[in-house]
Amino acid sequence: MNTTPPQPVLLELDRAGYRIGGHNILGDISLQCLPGSVTALVGPNGAGKSTLLALMAGDIAPSSGRALLCGRDISTWRARPLARMRCVLPQDHAVRFAFSVREVVAMGRLPHPSDPMTDAAIVEQEMVVADIADLAERDVRTLSGGEAARAAFARILAQRTPLLLLDEPTAALDLHHQERVMQILRTRSIAGACVVIVLHDLNLAAGYADRIVMLTDGQLVAHGNPTEVLTANLIRRVYRQQVEVIAHPSRDVPLVVIT
Amino acid sequence: MVSATDLVRRPNGALLLILGLALLGVTIVVSFGIGPLSLPPATVVHAIGAQLGLIDPGNLTTRELSVVWDLRIPRALLGAMVGASLAMAGTGLQGLFGNPLADPGVVGVTNGAALGAVAAIVFGVTAFGSWTIPIAAFLGGVLATGAIYLLAGPQRGSGTAMLLLVGIAIGALCSAAIGFFTYIASDSELQSLVFWQMGSLANANWLQLVSALPIFLIGSAALLTLATPLDMLALGERPAQHLGLDVKRSRLLLIASSALLVAGAVAFAGAVGFVGLVVPHLVRLVIGPGHRWLLPLSAVVGALLIVIADTAARSLDPPAEIPLGLFSAALGAPFFLWLILRRTPKEGR
Repeated sequence: MNTTPPQPVLLELDRAGYRIGGHNILGDISLQCLPGSVTALVGPNGAGKSTLLALMAGDIAPSSGRALLCGRDISTWRARPLARMRCVLPQDHAVRFAFSVREVVAMGRLPHPSDPMTDAAIVEQEMVVADIADLAERDVRTLSGGEAARAAFARILAQRTPLLLLDEPTAALDLHHQERVMQILRTRSIAGACVVIVLHDLNLAAGYADRIVMLTDGQLVAHGNPTEVLTANLIRRVYRQQVEVIAHPSRDVPLVVIT
Repeated sequence: MVSATDLVRRPNGALLLILGLALLGVTIVVSFGIGPLSLPPATVVHAIGAQLGLIDPGNLTTRELSVVWDLRIPRALLGAMVGASLAMAGTGLQGLFGNPLADPGVVGVTNGAALGAVAAIVFGVTAFGSWTIPIAAFLGGVLATGAIYLLAGPQRGSGTAMLLLVGIAIGALCSAAIGFFTYIASDSELQSLVFWQMGSLANANWLQLVSALPIFLIGSAALLTLATPLDMLALGERPAQHLGLDVKRSRLLLIASSALLVAGAVAFAGAVGFVGLVVPHLVRLVIGPGHRWLLPLSAVVGALLIVIADTAARSLDPPAEIPLGLFSAALGAPFFLWLILRRTPKEGR
């Protein structure tokens, strides 16, 4: 698969751990994320997926070990240059005042030097990509959950960063839009972006991620391509749920079914 | 499905601002002639011209000259500044707290500033000359805002109820302290308790106007530079950080500039409530939530509101003065109630 020359590491966790009080939220996690890859973070509720994403985003600093972006400790990055390197889609996309969808998506351009023509074009383009262009003039607070999620998604796409961090981007979406979001992320990664997604749906992870990182109780339990990680034994052990893993009927990926 | 009101249309902000400023200018000039002594516009213009040495005073009486120049002009201009300050501070606090119900009066910032001013007067602090009281008011306002932010800011995710309750508590605490200081102070030291609770422009003069001007200019310029950070904060503090905003720094600047504006208003006009609540809200309905136009337009509308209310305060029952805060409270309190009641469950607790 790897015919391209080795890529520089964009994001690196080096034995990064996170503790609150005496409580271990994340164990020593070492990971490297390369440009052109899609990494899915999976695991049961409370496994530490969102904390790991927050470490990667620079929201929190590791209690031990290091988190590096382009080889530099993330905590030493200033907010604005950092916002040109990475975008973050949070789980909660509430907006406090009656901004229109277009105005919210346009905020994605704020980290960059202002260029009205280019900015406007990017905003329109990403609204079309995220399938929210029809709602451009709507007050974001009147949108349904899925529509609001797509507007937030368009906003982070408009940020045009080499690193995309997404916390359950598909949670509020219908089947079609789930696939659509994953396809867009796949496309961005082929164009060179580094994508890290927290996902609950193992089959979406199997379908679109190059690599799955499985966490439980703050520990990394498995790490590899979907076929390596998504084994019935591991899933049963980690999720305490009976499953079978079968071949997908039309795609060359594993399919997890509940038994 | 989609009602027309859901669709967002933004009018031209620059045009509205020019119209608003023109209306404000006319209102201020007209107000010069209204009061216990009613003066026709020609006399007002004559008096201003004569005072500036442009026209011969002719048959103007010294009383007419004095009323226009010494009383009404500084009073109207100070009123405009106070209204603009409170409206802008309200806009800034609403952005900081991510809550359209945040108002300097409601969340206790006004009382904090008033307490600072009263304490400085009672303790006889004069370290900064005519600036002493505004500076003390600023410190009081910053402390109150900081305390409210720490106890009920958006980072605690505690919602509207918590913000209002903490605001009430801080406000009541400051109010009690003001009452205590007023009680122990001799009459000559301190404005009446009514002044600190209801506000008044009755003592406005040129010195006050000149002292208030730099406070207003610094505070409003600082807040205007925070227009884009305020927009970003509408997404929440963490998403704003993700968009490249130095949230800690912006937060401090917002607290300081809002408190400075409130302090300037409180030091010279006492506690005038609800302007910072009503005005940004109404302006937001017209121009939208983008702070680039919301801030200056709120300033203009706030100024307009106070100039009109103060003209009424001195004219309705001459020679008595109706406390300025009565008007803003009579208008603002029902509006506040309406805002609370119309909040949908979706918008938060």
